[in-house]
Amino acid sequence: MIAEFTDIWVYLRTGPLLWLTVTLAAYVAAQWLYERTGLNPLLNPVAVAVVLLVALLTATGTPYQTYFEGAQFVHFLLGPATIALAVPLYTHLGTVRAVLLPMLVALLAGAVTAVGTAVGVAALLGASFETLASLAPKSVTTPIAMGISERIGGLPSLTAVLVILTGILGAMLATPLLNALGIRDWRARGFAAGVAAHGIGTARAFHVSEVAGTFAGVAMGLNGLATAFLVPLLIDWVR
Amino acid sequence: MLAAITALLLCQLIGEAVVRLVALPVPGPVLGLVLLLAVVALRRGVPATLESTASGLLKHFSLLFVPAGVGVLQHLPRIEAEWLAIAAALLVSSAATIVVTAVVMRAMIRLMKLDDTTRSHGA
Repeated sequence: MIAEFTDIWVYLRTGPLLWLTVTLAAYVAAQWLYERTGLNPLLNPVAVAVVLLVALLTATGTPYQTYFEGAQFVHFLLGPATIALAVPLYTHLGTVRAVLLPMLVALLAGAVTAVGTAVGVAALLGASFETLASLAPKSVTTPIAMGISERIGGLPSLTAVLVILTGILGAMLATPLLNALGIRDWRARGFAAGVAAHGIGTARAFHVSEVAGTFAGVAMGLNGLATAFLVPLLIDWVR
Repeated sequence: MLAAITALLLCQLIGEAVVRLVALPVPGPVLGLVLLLAVVALRRGVPATLESTASGLLKHFSLLFVPAGVGVLQHLPRIEAEWLAIAAALLVSSAATIVVTAVVMRAMIRLMKLDDTTRSHGA
């Protein structure tokens, strides 16, 4: 009996089916937990699914390369999904047109702050160049951030982790910080959450206000574009 | 749906090809995004099939980050060695970005007298 299980395991662990299924199962479980706890920002589904999978891979002694042979089918969809961001961006650009100029000025200020402070603080504390390059695009949505990281000499998979951590942090910090500053305009609140914390900040903004969520979504798309053009120019200063 | 998927992949393919051809520093999918944005802006509308395919893909956007996130396994030694710099950078940068973006946007809205009625009450 145990020998049969071993045989099945040996067969399954080499093909892509097992780890593709486990990736989806981990995410479904994490999503369930997130919804059950009233969308607690600390239990971000991406973070929980990653922790579950890392624990499972470590326990079974499975190398990341073997895991990725299955997970690559999910990973591949990041490219087309990034292109698909053009659709909500176009749809919402109409509704946000009234404050287009304030948005673009705030976008530029926010994008420069995000890249500048992250790279500046880490450089002061002695981080290596690969770490700095991986940190630079951390405020934009993962597929764009990974692409930027790869092009400037960072480690795309480290960037992915830093992006997710930034999103969780931003979603937690936005409400108390904006309240302390006395900023009541939903448009400015949502836009700030989207620039700082991409999709995770946007999801959080939608939980508080429809207007904030719309502005956060537009901010995520615009910051993806702005940072993709800014980072390659700024990173030369620390090289 | 098939036409919409083909359009998305085609935009990505053109984006990747152009980025490599003219050595642009931006990622291929970003250029693909700009291309699709330009196409729907020129058509003055999003076809229904593209609308539903895009929203289907983006509905589970978070799931797509999971395989890359698991890649942390390969970077545990680096994170252990540089955890203080990484943690401080993320914390300072997230807080500063939220504050700067919101303050600049509010200042611009006031400057241009675009204040409106959709205001929060501290939520």
